[in-house]
Amino acid sequence: MSEADESAGEPSIPIEDTDEMSTVPLEVENLRKTFGGITAVDDVSFEVEKGSLTGLIGPNGAGKSTTFNLITGMHDPDSGTVRFNGEEITGLAPHEIANRGLARTFQIARELEEMTVLENMMLAPKGQIGETLWRSVTPGVRSDVQRQETQHLERVWEVLDFFEIDHLAEEYAGNLSGGQRKLLEMARALLTDPDMLLLDEPFAGVNPSLEKRLLEHVHELREQGYTFLIVEHDMDLIMENCERVIVMHQGRVLKDGTPAEVKQSEEVIEAYLGGEV
Amino acid sequence: MTETTLYDRFERVIDTDPKLVVAVLAVIYLAYIASGVAFGYSLRGQLNSLANLTFYIGVFGMLALALNLHWGYTGLFNIGIVGFMGIGVYVTAILAKPPVAQGGAAQVGGFGLPLGIAVIGGVFMAAFFGLLVGLPALRLRADYLAIVTIAFSEIVRFTMMSRTFQEFTVPDTVLGYDLAADTVGLGGGGGLILNYASPLEALLHALYLWEPYLGFVSFVQANLIANNPRPVVDGVVYGLLLLAVCGLYYWLLTWTGESPFGRVLKAIREDEDVANALGKDTNRFKLKSFVLGCALMGFGGILWYAGRGSITPPSFRPNITFFVWIALIIGGAGSNTGSFLGGAVFAALLYEGPRYIKNLIEVAFNLGDGPGNFGQAMAALGSLDPVPFVLYTLNSISELRLVIMGVVLIWLMHNRPEGMLGHRKETAASIDLSRPGGAKSDAAAADGGDQQ
Repeated sequence: MSEADESAGEPSIPIEDTDEMSTVPLEVENLRKTFGGITAVDDVSFEVEKGSLTGLIGPNGAGKSTTFNLITGMHDPDSGTVRFNGEEITGLAPHEIANRGLARTFQIARELEEMTVLENMMLAPKGQIGETLWRSVTPGVRSDVQRQETQHLERVWEVLDFFEIDHLAEEYAGNLSGGQRKLLEMARALLTDPDMLLLDEPFAGVNPSLEKRLLEHVHELREQGYTFLIVEHDMDLIMENCERVIVMHQGRVLKDGTPAEVKQSEEVIEAYLGGEV
Repeated sequence: MTETTLYDRFERVIDTDPKLVVAVLAVIYLAYIASGVAFGYSLRGQLNSLANLTFYIGVFGMLALALNLHWGYTGLFNIGIVGFMGIGVYVTAILAKPPVAQGGAAQVGGFGLPLGIAVIGGVFMAAFFGLLVGLPALRLRADYLAIVTIAFSEIVRFTMMSRTFQEFTVPDTVLGYDLAADTVGLGGGGGLILNYASPLEALLHALYLWEPYLGFVSFVQANLIANNPRPVVDGVVYGLLLLAVCGLYYWLLTWTGESPFGRVLKAIREDEDVANALGKDTNRFKLKSFVLGCALMGFGGILWYAGRGSITPPSFRPNITFFVWIALIIGGAGSNTGSFLGGAVFAALLYEGPRYIKNLIEVAFNLGDGPGNFGQAMAALGSLDPVPFVLYTLNSISELRLVIMGVVLIWLMHNRPEGMLGHRKETAASIDLSRPGGAKSDAAAADGGDQQ
């Protein structure tokens, strides 16, 4: 595929302005989680600054995904706190955390296979009045539901255009290629109007040209004010694109700093690169 | 590929759901009428068999639609359908039965409430028990729901049979209200005699249509069936009523499915974690879907059994649950039109069909009694006399029905696991999701994709 130049008329997705957002939307303090005898996450603390693109890296089993799951409520931490926009969200259910504006994607793209791309996208917007059963089946009230759906649909198409997957709109999500699924997942997460996006290995299994496109989208969204925390395996990719890198090893934060700082850290080289460099 | 082209041609002619439903029903009814005429059925027999057919199309259509909400939309594996049906009809019966005078034929009495209120009570209790079962079970993984529901439906049946609940006295006043009932109960193994006005009569009275209805019956008596036409007319009208209720179910469930609510249900079916990560409180959605489906199953049970002379626990064995599942599998889970058609096809071909053929043959050829056991039937076949074997087969038709169902099920799993209409895209949205204001040029779309 020829990488189309970003045209001037590129649709943008402005972030909804939230008043008095703290400059540090995500604060993780002394997070700890054990599974049986294994300590997956051990006393992890870090902060993510507003509008930043922060990378979370580490070798397999370092506890990156578990940390993600603890932040997003998929697992309950044994101890420690997670604060989002100044409010404590530790131990809340995943849907409550999502509703506060912290959206996530999954390591293995989990699109809803037997739903079309459009249905996947329409699912995401928050505050859909038609999600209350009686409203959807009461004659008269249903027209309000339809009106809101029409508004959401417009935004859905905007986002589909932004990610350039509009030609797949009618397709079942299960028929999409791995890379297209990653795009769909990120698009869907965006539609929940998040303040911050947690991307779990968004580039795994994505071909280079699509990877480039995904990265462009990420940078563009960041310029619009979104905050990103990205778990990634690919060291080079993180070093080139993130302004801050958190390195995890055996459940602990090994190093937290700029790519340059991380690269020069003896500990990181030893732990992560196994002394190869 | 001839099969595909035939199918395409069929799809081109029958391009809307109403047309499809009418076409399938027309084929079913024409087949019944034609075979009735061919075998020389009387008008009365003909109407009776059609009323019977309509009754089963109605109840199986309804129940398959309700199950489709659970399984087709939400992915809830409910194999306790009959339990919720039983609760619906038993509660209705207890509320509607007149209080007994001591020593009457119907030992167990009821509260003597109007049937309409009793039906609402029955549906409400089915929903309530759906809530009770769903609250703990829906938090578990899908297969546990299956175990819990089938166990629940058996608990319901054993409760119906138990001596403990057979009969108990009701206090004269409860919270200051003087209740009409003295003794109520589930009637134990003997079941309950439904000694209240028939549901059809109660409904027609409520609609002020009873007098016109009696007039219509006398019209039928004068012109069509001279001898006692009431039961025949009752049956036909009740059958049509059930079809109308099917229409209501269809409408309700289509609006439920084609809405943001239905979209979340579909998402739960596909991947609950994703729905959660998108901010949906999936437990609430599952519970709502489960309770609504249970209420609809309860109402289905009421419409199936409340018009009978009596109800007994053996009517509520799990086989009914599996019949409804077969109907849904035939029709195609996920499609409401498919669910109804599955119910209709199941009722016509697998449930009523074999019995109907048996009746036809028995009326047409007076064959006498069949052999008592399989050995005798085979012995006669050995001496080249097929009649005892045929008779034996006919007499065993209700057992053979299960064999036929099994064969059909295996064939379906092998050749068309998605059922008649399960393959269709039925978009879960209250509006058309195509791009507002017309499509963008296709040329841009063509190179936009990164296919691999």
